Amino acid sequence: MPHRKSQLPESLLDIQRSIEEHARGFGLDFWETSFEVLDYKRMQEVAAFGGFPVRYPHWRFGMEFDHLSKSHIYGLSQIYEMVINNNPAYAYLLEGNSMVDQKMVMAHVLGHVDFFKNNYYFSKTNRQMLDNMANHATRIRRHIERHGLDKVESFIDVCLSLDNLIDPMSPFIVRHETVQPEEKDPPPVEVPRLRAKSYMEKFINPPDYIDERRRKLQEEREKPKRNPPEPERDVLLFLLQNAPLESWERDVLEIVRDESYYFAPQRQTKILNEGWAAYWHSKLMTERILDASELIDYADHNAGVLAAAPGQFNPYKVGISLLRYVEERWDKGRFGKEWNECDDYDTRRMWDKSLGLGRKKIFEVRKLYNDLTFIDEFFTEDFCYENQFFSFARNASSGNYEIDAREFKKVKNKLLYQLTNFGEPFILVEDSNHDNRGELLLRHRHEGVDLHLDHSRATMASLHRVWHRPICLQTIVEGKARQLRFDGTEHSERAL
Amino acid sequence: MALRIDPSHNRFRDIVRGKIKQNLRKYISNGEWLGRKGKDVVSIPVPQIEMPRFRFGEQGQGGVAQGPGKVGDSLGSAEPGEEGKGKAGSEAGNHVLEVELSIQELAEILGEELALPRILPKGKERLITQKDRYVGIRRVGPESLRHFKRTFRQALRRQIMMGNYDPHKPVVVPAREDKRYRSWRTTPMPQSNAVMIFIMDVSGSMGDEQKEIVRIASFWIDTWLRSQYEGLESRFIIHDAAARAVDRDTFFRTRESGGTMISTAYKLCAKMIDDEFPPSEWNIYPFQFSDGDNWSADDTSTCMEVLKKEILPKVNMFCYGQVESPYGSGQFVGDLRTAFPEDPNVVTTEIENKDDIADAIRAFLGKGK
Repeated sequence: MPHRKSQLPESLLDIQRSIEEHARGFGLDFWETSFEVLDYKRMQEVAAFGGFPVRYPHWRFGMEFDHLSKSHIYGLSQIYEMVINNNPAYAYLLEGNSMVDQKMVMAHVLGHVDFFKNNYYFSKTNRQMLDNMANHATRIRRHIERHGLDKVESFIDVCLSLDNLIDPMSPFIVRHETVQPEEKDPPPVEVPRLRAKSYMEKFINPPDYIDERRRKLQEEREKPKRNPPEPERDVLLFLLQNAPLESWERDVLEIVRDESYYFAPQRQTKILNEGWAAYWHSKLMTERILDASELIDYADHNAGVLAAAPGQFNPYKVGISLLRYVEERWDKGRFGKEWNECDDYDTRRMWDKSLGLGRKKIFEVRKLYNDLTFIDEFFTEDFCYENQFFSFARNASSGNYEIDAREFKKVKNKLLYQLTNFGEPFILVEDSNHDNRGELLLRHRHEGVDLHLDHSRATMASLHRVWHRPICLQTIVEGKARQLRFDGTEHSERAL
Repeated sequence: MALRIDPSHNRFRDIVRGKIKQNLRKYISNGEWLGRKGKDVVSIPVPQIEMPRFRFGEQGQGGVAQGPGKVGDSLGSAEPGEEGKGKAGSEAGNHVLEVELSIQELAEILGEELALPRILPKGKERLITQKDRYVGIRRVGPESLRHFKRTFRQALRRQIMMGNYDPHKPVVVPAREDKRYRSWRTTPMPQSNAVMIFIMDVSGSMGDEQKEIVRIASFWIDTWLRSQYEGLESRFIIHDAAARAVDRDTFFRTRESGGTMISTAYKLCAKMIDDEFPPSEWNIYPFQFSDGDNWSADDTSTCMEVLKKEILPKVNMFCYGQVESPYGSGQFVGDLRTAFPEDPNVVTTEIENKDDIADAIRAFLGKGK
């Protein structure tokens, strides 16, 4: 494969080619990947921009940069690897890293690129995002020039406060029928009649009643259609289509939504994606690439990446453990009815049918699963205990976080719960003409946990900035159905 | 090297410093930037702005992690389950980084972040920060410092060596290279001449939250001034209806109840200054924290009297921080402002919650008195 754009020095380029060759030998399938060597400042900058060299100016990138540079200065953490889901893929190497680190990062990155290219949840993402981000930056800069930094930035803030109100599954599902063309002449309203013999007709279906029903049905039909017809999860889309926005505002909102959708699959596959990349850097390094002299350094750095300090959830670690666990199960034939129904401890422990299906299985996992389904299907009781998982919660009296359970069911439920909708509440648009006053009605689909009320009120203020009419939110607070309302100046609340 | 991120970074810092976008201030979390661990070390969290979003409340917190431990074991107050390594961030995580720093470094950061000017040394007659001593001889220098004897001795020596010295006609003419000058060295004098007097109202109306605010504010003031003056002294006074001098530990821990007579504290403060800290030798900084609820108008007028006659003439600056309390009337800050409307040495500020602490410190120390 040609490396036209690559700016790598020849020595690293050779290493890249050799790693790629080995990776292909294992069946990895990735796009052309361009590595670029950056000094630590540039690295922090690019990392702060979420991996992209060019993005629009906004304080939150500055905040990220601030954190990254501080943690660099005080030696807390370093940026390990960075790769953009783009075709061709772009990845960065830190200048001055040892050769073994560079090798490890390259191997790791190839794992990610393979994942981006093949995982189903990434299949609808924009693969020209590098250019797209740069375009977004240009558009926003233009708005800033025309309308002023403060105004545009404040509106970006508003949009950011709403940027989780998307429907990450919508690229895959057609949720709404495309609008049927209106029938030219709807048939006249028919009132269903009860069957009656002709002489009984006017008693069983009294004409007065029939007339009244007909009028009612007619009214019903002429009543304006509810908008949205079905509750809408993609609140941002709904606002784009319906809110009274100026054109630059619409553009900003569109950009924020676009980027939110682009990053959604990365949030959906954090464990699996990192696990997959870690699996492959480990495999490639130890079986193919590593020079004997580099072994100790590699082991040291690898241990750092996969460290699971007590009380930590490290997606790299959990991902790679679970993938290896799946590989082992399918290698040894530990699946299917027979396995599931076997409850003899020794038989299970010694179970080995030598099927060797492990590799094939994990490739299937990388193609079809996201974190939620991955955990749901493969996070078993054995795995949970072997790896010492526990769930924790805040103790209301001490304010500290405490281990609250080690039972498999509770741990798994908590884990799944956190992965569902990124651990965020479901908020849907119910009606754009609530109370026939043009108020926006949202509903929180309550699934056991209340909303953070201060945040919710502040977010409603953001919504008001977009919608310009009062915002209502129906939710449940401490077991009681409540409606929160913000009319632009005041927050109010009432029971439902 | 200029970076593309610089404008965004500056923007962020300006927001954090409160220069722009006041509407975002309420979303800035500074975490607990107090926490003196051991002797000289403290953890400094990083300021963070979290945009409000629809998200779960308290109940929803917690998660899953790995490691040993029994059910019920505490994991500490910080949220565990943080990811260790930085992957290209697709989301703004809740990174609370704990940085351990020495107090000195911290005070510098504080000075930078809060944009505090350095506190200026007082006039020479009161505060000698450095002293010049003549300790040696140099070959160059101003004529006024010429060392007459040495110069002639040098000239004599030269003339003898050159053989043009006649003992019968002892004329010594110094040449340019014979000249010797006195030289001096600047020695900083050890300073032990600033004192902070912290006064806290511990009456029944000051709750734990109010005290926490006082504690944090005092800590930072203490830290900052310590970085400016060596050998800084601190004194602590607590008062309800009566005042007493206490040690640091008691100052932060006591909770008393009862009425409030601020004048008692002022009198004690004045006495303390007279007995221990003559203003000719000391920079004196009283910091008073109260919820602003005083016993009576009579007492308040006594306060103003004492303040005017006995305290203000002697101190560099008098700082009053009023902590918002659900019980106090908050009257006192207004009284102070009325009594000393123009006096630049009286600094008053109101602290509604922890977020205002930074503003209060800036108000107190930003003047550089």
